[in-house]
Amino acid sequence: MDWIDVGLVALRVVVIFGLLQVVTILLIWFERKVVADMQNRIGPDRAGPWGILQTVADGLKLFFKEQVTPRKVEFGLYLAAPMLAAVPAFLMFMVVPFGRPVRINLGGEDRLIPIQGADLNVGLLYVLAMSSVAVYAVVLAGWSSGSKYPLLGGVRATAQAISYEAAMGLSLVPVVLFTGSLRLSEIVASQSGSLTFFGQVLSLPAWNVFVLAPSFLIFFIAAVAETNRAPFDLVEAEQEIVGGFHTEYSGLRFALFFLAEYINIFTMSGLAVTLFLGGWSGPTWDGTLPLVVSAVLPTVWFLLKVTVFLFMYVWLRATLPRLRYDQLMTLGWKRLIPASLVWLFFIGGAMAVRQFGLPWG
Amino acid sequence: MGPVEAFLRGMAVTGRQFIATITGRGLVTTPYPKVMREKPQRFHGRHVLNRYEDGMEKCIGCELCAGACPARCIYVRGADNPADDPVSPGERYGFVYEINMLRCIFCGLCVEACPTEAITHTQLFEMSTTNRADAIFTKDELLVDGDGQPNHMFETDRFADLAELAKADGWMRATAPQGRASYEGLVAWSGSAGVGVRPPERGQSGLPDEDEEASEGADG
Repeated sequence: MDWIDVGLVALRVVVIFGLLQVVTILLIWFERKVVADMQNRIGPDRAGPWGILQTVADGLKLFFKEQVTPRKVEFGLYLAAPMLAAVPAFLMFMVVPFGRPVRINLGGEDRLIPIQGADLNVGLLYVLAMSSVAVYAVVLAGWSSGSKYPLLGGVRATAQAISYEAAMGLSLVPVVLFTGSLRLSEIVASQSGSLTFFGQVLSLPAWNVFVLAPSFLIFFIAAVAETNRAPFDLVEAEQEIVGGFHTEYSGLRFALFFLAEYINIFTMSGLAVTLFLGGWSGPTWDGTLPLVVSAVLPTVWFLLKVTVFLFMYVWLRATLPRLRYDQLMTLGWKRLIPASLVWLFFIGGAMAVRQFGLPWG
Repeated sequence: MGPVEAFLRGMAVTGRQFIATITGRGLVTTPYPKVMREKPQRFHGRHVLNRYEDGMEKCIGCELCAGACPARCIYVRGADNPADDPVSPGERYGFVYEINMLRCIFCGLCVEACPTEAITHTQLFEMSTTNRADAIFTKDELLVDGDGQPNHMFETDRFADLAELAKADGWMRATAPQGRASYEGLVAWSGSAGVGVRPPERGQSGLPDEDEEASEGADG
């Protein structure tokens, strides 16, 4: 660990920070454009080519707007809530590997640089912890606004987060059992190569989704709920509680909530790709292509896979009506959690049989 | 239909529309104001006061439009034509002519009532103003220029199809000026500045000497 290592870490952090903001800008535009297409409209088309700078224009507008502070707010928490939303959103993506580690000779030393913020050995736990922290932002924003609609939104957020975090955590346990690691880079590495099924090598990539399809499904549903997106956007619910927790926010503080929401969508998509679709793994044709292209290709594969999920998010939003509250709870507690428990039991049994053989055999 | 099937069918609907839109079919909106949707020929838009081909005003100040107006938004005051410099071909002309566009319901009864086809609709529809006084269109704004184009076009009106606009006047009547409800028979409208006399529409015969039999059939 010398100053070059420190510099590299700082560089990665800055790059990810910038990347996430660019992604947010593009993602909001992407969502508006795709929803418009699904509704036979044109969508934003004025700012920049195909309206791609629309979000920049909207963001600049929010920068210059007054930040109205209602009289009844608990000012400290009211101020902290947007930051509490944005910071975990950035932190959560830090452990997601979005490219193949690069080996470069720097300062007379061969260094393996992971293309991710930090390669934690408890990466998956860290992600779950950060997504729990993000819920506090919504709850605190709802409570500190001193107004009834935000309060209702905050209350909804509490119950929804608890229900779906349980389902999400349970859906991730089979992944950990199967790959034997909480480190995201190892989870990606375990999905390289071809799928082996009862000793037969299939012509499919060894992605977890082929083995752990139920986990994947539960994880994706829980991820949509965790990011408060349609059809689980009861926390915001413009039609019922006029925006929920962010009703009393304006200007830059509101923009931070928005930023956090879209970064969370990107992170959850990135996690789904990392855990179930092999992360950055994909054909790179090493040796036949220039070195730089081979180094960048994994990132391209990662982004392509993520785009599929982002499209799914938007597709769901354009299609489904919002769930009623009891439906949300029913789906969470009576469907997803039992299903993930049964699946966990099954996969655990299968792992045990593979390791120790049948108990009667 | 179970929830899963309902979900899949819903996703199929949006997916189908998505494909339709990105392949160029199914798009129902236009990038207004860059592209304006084509409006129906008899669109009831902003009014104009027309002129004859020689530049004389068609309005004779008879106030029939004001009488017919159900919204009471037209104010007309006639005056005698000066003998040495007549404004209209007849005895009198419209000295003051005002329409309050905030009250107008664009029903077209003024156009029906007008005996000289002086007031007609156009296809202009962008009439927003920043104060109430501007919404009262005076004769100065309503009267067409020598080329048949409306006066005082709005900034965005430059996107309007000028050729379409020029066709606005005579066609805007739902019935023939003789008062027959059936829109048949002779072309009876007079020539207008900037437009001239337009050819007959579908279902109408041409001039009597050109198409004698058709006009007789229509009369009988």
